[in-house]
Amino acid sequence: MGLWQALFPAGLFTASFMQNAWLAGTAVAVLSSLVGFFVVLRGATFAAHAVPRASFAGAAGAVLAGGDTVLGLAIFSALSALGMASLGSRRDQGQTTALVLMAALGLGSLFLTLGGAYAPEVYALLFGQIVGIGRADVFAILGLLLLALIATALLYRPLLWSSVAPDVAEAKGVPRRRMEILFLLLVALAATAAVPIVGALLSFSLMVGPAAAAAYFGRSPGQALAVAVLIGILSIWFSLVFAYDTGLPVGFFVAAVTAVFYGLGRLWAYLWKIERGGGQVPA
Amino acid sequence: MPGFIESLLAAPAVAPALLIGSLVAVTSGVVGVFVVLRGQSFAGHALGDIGTTGAAAAYLGGLPALYGFVGVGVLGGLAIEGLGERARERDVATGIVLSLMLGVGALLLYFMTQRTDATGGPVAILFGSIFTVDPSIALPVALFSLLALLLLGFLYRPLVFASVNPQAAQAKGVPLQGVGLLFMLALAIAVEESALVAGALLSTALLIGPAAAAVRWTRQIGAAAALSALLGLLAVSVGIALAYQSYFWPPGHRGWPVSFFIVLLVLTEYLLARLLPARAARRPLPRRKEAA
Repeated sequence: MGLWQALFPAGLFTASFMQNAWLAGTAVAVLSSLVGFFVVLRGATFAAHAVPRASFAGAAGAVLAGGDTVLGLAIFSALSALGMASLGSRRDQGQTTALVLMAALGLGSLFLTLGGAYAPEVYALLFGQIVGIGRADVFAILGLLLLALIATALLYRPLLWSSVAPDVAEAKGVPRRRMEILFLLLVALAATAAVPIVGALLSFSLMVGPAAAAAYFGRSPGQALAVAVLIGILSIWFSLVFAYDTGLPVGFFVAAVTAVFYGLGRLWAYLWKIERGGGQVPA
Repeated sequence: MPGFIESLLAAPAVAPALLIGSLVAVTSGVVGVFVVLRGQSFAGHALGDIGTTGAAAAYLGGLPALYGFVGVGVLGGLAIEGLGERARERDVATGIVLSLMLGVGALLLYFMTQRTDATGGPVAILFGSIFTVDPSIALPVALFSLLALLLLGFLYRPLVFASVNPQAAQAKGVPLQGVGLLFMLALAIAVEESALVAGALLSTALLIGPAAAAVRWTRQIGAAAALSALLGLLAVSVGIALAYQSYFWPPGHRGWPVSFFIVLLVLTEYLLARLLPARAARRPLPRRKEAA
């Protein structure tokens, strides 16, 4: 009984900020693992890391200009996604991702310096926070989730094809470049929703970890997607409980829990001698 | 102009910054050519962030940051290389290692902010500035640079072969895993020393930018490495001069961050290389074939 109460103190579910955190966290987890499924399929982990990281510079710019930080996040994540999609070529996607990220972070360091003090608001965006989520934020995140769900439902098959077999997809009339732009905009959408809660450094954990683990468990793309969403939700729930109990940053727990799920996935593949995983479509 | 250069060199903190910055720029430039050739930009960037976690741990343990950066960076590099043996798994494996290390780093930085005497610590580690570098680390940095470059010299022929055409290299008996592991070691050393002196942000810019520009201008790998080192050197020295000059600029005469200038210069070099490719380099570099 003592352990139970230590793990689940009363305020965990009744405090109003925690209720917001549960709602927003769950929505962010669904959104991130949905987008993450395509991230892992496309081998776009670097982009999933770079877009939220680049969006941080937008928040720093918004503080300098006296604007809304979430608007700054949204603008910079969309701009960096478009930059990566338009500058990149098949041969050097990693290079252009790195250079677009550098451009954003260089601007970010300029904004931070010119803005003077290292604003705590900006610091929170780096590492995330669960105490500051208001009811309005919850509705905004639910709106972003709805948008992403509609976009994925409309684009599911072409996006899947262009991820798994880009040449075949192109031959069937799915333009590679356009799918890349749409995909990166989805990553930007997920980043905008996740950064205020999980932080710019760790929102990619929620995109990559669950989907990477699910690639070892699911037997078909649909199953892998469902498992990814399930693992994503479990990860954020575990993390919220641990963060509330210990007072430590939620981003740490998200990274640790998703890494454990990935380790379980690899163990599972090892035990059952499954030769897929790491982003391959479970065929 | 000579007057400006004299006053620049006479200013305290500028000469050591130029010296240490040059060491880092040359090492990153040379190693970067192989990173670009092997398509390992993500690993190169991730190592900078991973080392940051090591530096935070060293800071909390009262050790010099250099050992935290290099120690944890080398371990992270080995983990990335070990978990991602197959080409398809490398991307995700790098991501998971990076994610876990960033998470631990967030925890350590949180502990640092809880300790009242360490408020400047996280900022210094995350956004390290070349102007605040302790001149006494010039010697260890030079030694690490030498180590990384010697390692590359030792690996040169099998590394070029394994990077350009892994299947043929394997058929000829080149031990791909050993070469990959040793290259990762050189990469980790190069990235961590530059992350220490210039921050994780600049370490990626100096690793990827000059190299990506250089391979567009020459197809010869030795020449590309020399050109890349030169481009890195140019960006660092001009960047430091501009940052020094910016103390006289608005707003508030606080100075603009040196990382902003160096990134700007590196990006300009890359964009110039994309806009004006050399005739000889129009044909793309031999495409890396995925190992089975």
